[in-house]
Amino acid sequence: MSVIEAKKLELTFQTNDGPVHALADVNLEIGKGDFVSFIGPSGCGKTTFLRCIAGLETPTGGTLSVNGMTADEARRSRAYGYVFQAAGLYPWRTIAGNVRLPLEIMGYPKAEMSDRVARVLELVELSGFEKKYPWQLSGGMQQRASIARALAFDADILLMDEPFGALDEIVRDHLNEQLLSLWARTEKTIAFVTHSIPEAVYLSTKIVVMSPRPGRITDVIDSSLPKERPLDIRDSKEFLEIAHRVREGLRAGHAYDE
Amino acid sequence: MRNVLPVLTVLLVIVGIWYAAAIWMNSAWTIDRADGPLTFSEIVSDTMSQDRPRLPAPHQVWAEFQKTVFDTKVTSKRSLVFHGWITLSSTLAGFALGTVTGILMAVGIVYSRPVSMSLMPWAIISQTIPIVALAPMIIVVLASLGVDGRAVPKAIISAYLCYFPVLVGMVKGLKSPDAMQLDLMKTWSATGWQSFWRLRFPSSVPYLFTSLKVGIAAALVGTIVGELPTGAVRGLGARILIGDQFGNPMMIWSALIAAAVLAGVLVTVVSVMQTVAMKRMGFAR
Repeated sequence: MSVIEAKKLELTFQTNDGPVHALADVNLEIGKGDFVSFIGPSGCGKTTFLRCIAGLETPTGGTLSVNGMTADEARRSRAYGYVFQAAGLYPWRTIAGNVRLPLEIMGYPKAEMSDRVARVLELVELSGFEKKYPWQLSGGMQQRASIARALAFDADILLMDEPFGALDEIVRDHLNEQLLSLWARTEKTIAFVTHSIPEAVYLSTKIVVMSPRPGRITDVIDSSLPKERPLDIRDSKEFLEIAHRVREGLRAGHAYDE
Repeated sequence: MRNVLPVLTVLLVIVGIWYAAAIWMNSAWTIDRADGPLTFSEIVSDTMSQDRPRLPAPHQVWAEFQKTVFDTKVTSKRSLVFHGWITLSSTLAGFALGTVTGILMAVGIVYSRPVSMSLMPWAIISQTIPIVALAPMIIVVLASLGVDGRAVPKAIISAYLCYFPVLVGMVKGLKSPDAMQLDLMKTWSATGWQSFWRLRFPSSVPYLFTSLKVGIAAALVGTIVGELPTGAVRGLGARILIGDQFGNPMMIWSALIAAAVLAGVLVTVVSVMQTVAMKRMGFAR
């Protein structure tokens, strides 16, 4: 059963320099429990596609369904949690206060709020940091808190737009490992935008390779890696083969033209 | 202590220049009255103690200040504390009115494009009209509307000067959340009300306090100006005017000093509130 389904999706921005085809003829199905990565050079429309799923952009053509609804209806029914590249925590709220923010907005009862906050903070291994302020945490910890915030209201879908892009590689590896275990435990459907080939291959059950002008999908790779993935799986032959195919896909899309 | 030394140094330099200027400006009168040639020290000592000097020396102003602040009953019409209180209460009323007006206008400007296009030019024009010209009109109009006394018109004149910095600061502050933070609110399908109280308003607090510091000083200036051309008999502005009319420079200068002290205290109070609020909101670390 597909959770997200795009058919002939198109998005054209009208600018002063003429129309920009951000997305053209995008067809994709994402099943329940999939971990899908979108990879491609800047301007390939991967973030735009994620924003379409989130109902933050409105496609100009084709159809897009999220949980069987339009993207905007899905947004209104709070079908997904969204994680941006920057943690975007409020400096005037504690970590617990930041995670509680969407719950307050959605009008959860008080007792349930604190239960949920405690639970998701445990999920991202931030128990004990409830009363700390964002500036007291490292960048990686702040990003984990923002993931907890996206998980707090139990949406089935998690949309992540280069969530670890601003972090160094060692922290990134650690967070990738944590994200996989979190995904295994929560059985969420995750759509993940990234620039990094190893990250995409390591995390995903499905890798979507995209290319720019117009933004389109050039390859969809179903990963043959097992669900259980220690970090050193990245040295295995299978991993390198998938990574190679992704690289080929990027090259085929003329990603390295300039 | 580290902060006090530079302030004291500047104060000392000002007092030095003041004394030099007093000698220079008052010496003409000394020489005019003299029967014969005077020594320099005779000139200096005379310029320090004239009854109606062009520029009273600091110690003369201080003596007047001491007399009218500390040695006079605060209920007396001769007490600067009494007049200071009149000015202060109008300033605070004007400050409150101006701040609320500024914030409300900023909200309108940020949320509505038509309001922004129609209100902003008038807000800017309002600040180009000299308040001295406008003050008597405000008093006349209010009097014809049946508003008695000077407190209300003074507060309005004060608010007129004070709302603008608050307006400008709050427009910037309410617009300070970036696109990502606004998108995040949208992903939670938050209402406009929720986005305002949970995101826009808290984000604007640092801007608000910076504006309030300018605003409270402007409110004090507005009140004093409101007391000047309007025939008021109470308040620091009235003291300045009366001192001028009766040729009593010590009265003018001590009222000026009182106004400066009042301004310093008000700005400091807002600063302290800012520091506390910034700390509690995690903006300062």
